[in-house]
Amino acid sequence: MDLWPTLYVFVLASFIGLGIIRRVSRLLHTPLMSLTNAISAIAVVGAILVTGGDHPFGIRVLGAIALFASMTNIVSGFLITDRMLKMFKTERRGAAGPGVSGGGAHK
Amino acid sequence: MMYGVTQFAYIVASALFIFALHWMNDPSTARKGVYAGVAATSVAVLVTWADPSVTHHVWIVLAIGAGFLVGIPLSRVPLTAVPQRTALSHAFGGAAAGLVGTAEFYFRLTEGPEWLTPFRMTALVAEVILGYLTLTGSLMAAGKLQEVKWIPQRPVTYPLQNVINLALFALAVGLAAAIARDPSSAYAPYLFAVIIALALLFGVLLIIPIGGADMPTVIAILNSYAGLSAVAMGFVLDNKLLITAGALDGSSGLILAIIMCKAMNRSFTNVLFGAFGQVAQAKAGSEEKVYKSETIEGAAQVLEQASLVVIIPGYGMAVAQAQHKVRELYDQLKKRGVTVKFAIHPVAGRMPGHMNVLLAEADIPYTDLVEMDEINPDMPQVDVALVVGANDVVNPAARTEKSSPIYGMPIIDADKARSVFAIKRSKNPGFAGIDNELYFADRTWMLFGDAKNVIGELVKQLAGGSGMH
Repeated sequence: MDLWPTLYVFVLASFIGLGIIRRVSRLLHTPLMSLTNAISAIAVVGAILVTGGDHPFGIRVLGAIALFASMTNIVSGFLITDRMLKMFKTERRGAAGPGVSGGGAHK
Repeated sequence: MMYGVTQFAYIVASALFIFALHWMNDPSTARKGVYAGVAATSVAVLVTWADPSVTHHVWIVLAIGAGFLVGIPLSRVPLTAVPQRTALSHAFGGAAAGLVGTAEFYFRLTEGPEWLTPFRMTALVAEVILGYLTLTGSLMAAGKLQEVKWIPQRPVTYPLQNVINLALFALAVGLAAAIARDPSSAYAPYLFAVIIALALLFGVLLIIPIGGADMPTVIAILNSYAGLSAVAMGFVLDNKLLITAGALDGSSGLILAIIMCKAMNRSFTNVLFGAFGQVAQAKAGSEEKVYKSETIEGAAQVLEQASLVVIIPGYGMAVAQAQHKVRELYDQLKKRGVTVKFAIHPVAGRMPGHMNVLLAEADIPYTDLVEMDEINPDMPQVDVALVVGANDVVNPAARTEKSSPIYGMPIIDADKARSVFAIKRSKNPGFAGIDNELYFADRTWMLFGDAKNVIGELVKQLAGGSGMH
């Protein structure tokens, strides 16, 4: 069991995380949270191994529930993050005219 | 061969995750971050699925399908419900980690307890405790945010609360140590079940003393826990991708929690163990103070003649769903050449960045959203500060009143503007139960009513006025 390299990775990754997250725009803290939600659903990797492995029935049921939960986070996390980010714009088309409602997404 | 491919794919996925978060530093590149995240997760899922030990594909397909079925509707909730959705997904994340840990433990116990070395056992217990306490804690938080009836909104406290919590936690750690010493013993499976039960209970006990105003911090902390439980899983499975992604998530939650705490001038421990909001009730009933009300017509006139208007939104704007009306007001004022900015307090709303998302949804350019620290020096030049459903974040008592529970909290200096309009639903004090001096100040006029209606009326007044010219 290689404890030390693993611990090493953890410490370095934490420093990278702290460094990057500090630079995230404050405007985007809500999307940031839903994005990290989806990213931490990487637990899906463990869930796949437990569900798909040649394990007793009960163990695989636990794995399948975990897989379902992670997958839900992945799907909803990325989708809602993108949905929110699409709304952040620097300007609106036709902002001067009254009766202009919504629409006008920048592509 | 397969091992090399897998490890290489995991390295690629880790790099993509780091890029995903890096691109969040600017709204113009942020969407690229989402694509990087999707690519990373897809690579990780496919490569793991291709592992030779994975043989039961039908189950995987079904579980993934169910995840899509639930995940897609969950991503379409109204943006005012985003705090609840976020809390709920922390619960899902916690559940996933807890369940994988449980499955791993009982499987290894039957296959060969010698696999459960003290080190793996420590990581496994950490994974399970963090996972399950995040599950119940986040469900409680989501319930409070959704205002589910049987979950009390007010902080619940009882004697020796922190002592009891700590004792439960110590008990769980003690049981874990007992299992680690001899995993092959007959009682190990039962002790493990007790640890799970304690963790589930612990999550509930951790959240009940915390009030709604502290939710931004709590959500950030739970975010961090969800990440750390993934890290612990990484240690158990010796998987460096899990450790990297979990550490990124853990540090993100930690930084957000620190920012929230700073914005409230409170310490971590104070938020978690302080039961905010109960002390405030005690002091009340000093001398009667008088509000000055203003009519819609009068307010519209003042707004029209201003050259710089700052709108200060708070949770009340979200509750009243007033953000679209606010946009109409913004448009009307812009049309008249009035400069309109939004002053955003870090803890306005129920989660970090909540106000920015609501205003972006209403199609307000993010370049007009200004952070507290940037706008405060300019406040004396502001003609009108319009407070929409914000309360504690503009309360001058935070600067002056040493006895106030919010003393020392940085606030938006609305009281320094030339005039202040405050929209308020009723004459009751705000969430924290603290009187707000701002409402009684000489230059403040109150507009009583539902935020959406009041702003709607203002818009109508302004639109009607322009027709007469």
